[in-house]
Amino acid sequence: MLTKRIIPCLDIKEGRTVKGTNFVDLRDAGDPVELGALYAQQGADELVFLDITATVDDRKTLVNLVREVARHVNIPFTVGGGISSIADVSALLNAGADKVSINSSAVRRPELVDELALAFGSQCIIVAIDTRFEPAVGVDFVHTHGGRRITDKKTLDWAREVENRGAGEILLTSMDADGTKAGFACDLTAKVSSAASIPIIASGGAGTMEHFTEVFTTGKADAGLAASIFHFKEIEILALKNYLATQGIPMRI
Amino acid sequence: MEIAIIKYNAGNVASVMYALDRIGQKYTWTDDPEQIIKADKVIFPGVGEASTAMAYLKEKGLDLVIKGLKQPVLATCIGMQLLCKHSEEGNVDCIGVFDVEVKRFISQDLKIPHVGWNSITSKGDNPLMKGLQDEEFVYFVHSFCAPVNAYTTAVCEYGQPFSAMLQKDNFYAAQFHAEISGKAGEQILKNFLAL
Repeated sequence: MLTKRIIPCLDIKEGRTVKGTNFVDLRDAGDPVELGALYAQQGADELVFLDITATVDDRKTLVNLVREVARHVNIPFTVGGGISSIADVSALLNAGADKVSINSSAVRRPELVDELALAFGSQCIIVAIDTRFEPAVGVDFVHTHGGRRITDKKTLDWAREVENRGAGEILLTSMDADGTKAGFACDLTAKVSSAASIPIIASGGAGTMEHFTEVFTTGKADAGLAASIFHFKEIEILALKNYLATQGIPMRI
Repeated sequence: MEIAIIKYNAGNVASVMYALDRIGQKYTWTDDPEQIIKADKVIFPGVGEASTAMAYLKEKGLDLVIKGLKQPVLATCIGMQLLCKHSEEGNVDCIGVFDVEVKRFISQDLKIPHVGWNSITSKGDNPLMKGLQDEEFVYFVHSFCAPVNAYTTAVCEYGQPFSAMLQKDNFYAAQFHAEISGKAGEQILKNFLAL
């Protein structure tokens, strides 16, 4: 049976993990390679590395980092942040990334999704959608720049559009839920999951193990992504997966 | 032991190379028929689109080289599909080691592509699953699949049963990505290298 996926996300700046971690047993908690390998060992199903810097020098650092991660990690991993061209994607995939995630660049120029899917195959193109509820209009809109800037795209329409353009998966982050630890945006996730026929990775709001049960059942997500709860060991991956299995969620244990 | 990884226009073989590095196995990445033919074992990996890949292999004459190989060959993902007779992806005739038609997943409710960790079950004598449980989780990413057939050595289920692994004579094939399938995938690669 196809299992639901648990995905830790590592924010990278200048080749180092930022936001801090609580892994005292790591030699260097800022080393994304060591942290990634540890998560893989603990049962993570995939990893996402999000580069939050995007200067030219840092891009080179990122490619080197991707190569090191690929050397040491035996599960799939995705790289996102600042990707806007076929050349960017080519460099990352050649260095050993299994998938890339694009966000603002796809909003700016939606044809990029078609071009990347054609060049590399849909299976390695994830479109990340940052979304926020707009109370004045009563619907969710796509946001860019870390959720600060609203676009004219409605979230459900954009999800369908990127699927039609060839995205292989959608990484959906609710800016309303992100950082609250009050649970994933399950209603919205379920809507997007029903609107699109490609897998949905839900992100933003995870605080407890029950939140993952909810996002996989009522939220209809195919994968759940979180950062700080894993980094600060508030929830351990293996314990989470064991718990979800007892809740009847298919898990790779 | 000489291992040749076939170089062609299907993407991302870096993961395969790094997986072999982790096992400590040296390899050559090559499209030179002579080097491929004289290798002790051949790996035919790749992700990509079937008709584009076949066009390239034919142009280089690699389709016939691959079909004529006598040493153990491991084909993964699109490599496995290309070893079949025909693929619905781009409606293309393939290499034809396995007399099997690759078809798109039929789905009403299922998400396509089939992405993630799914369990596979060994069928009959499957040397690549040595040391593993009868049911193991491995990582899949694909929209097309080979139905269960006479050559199937492991079955996976996604809406329908399909071939996770095939074998005929010296040709071994896996639909999943052993190179990024954790410890189980590593063992499968080691088992192939030990054949």
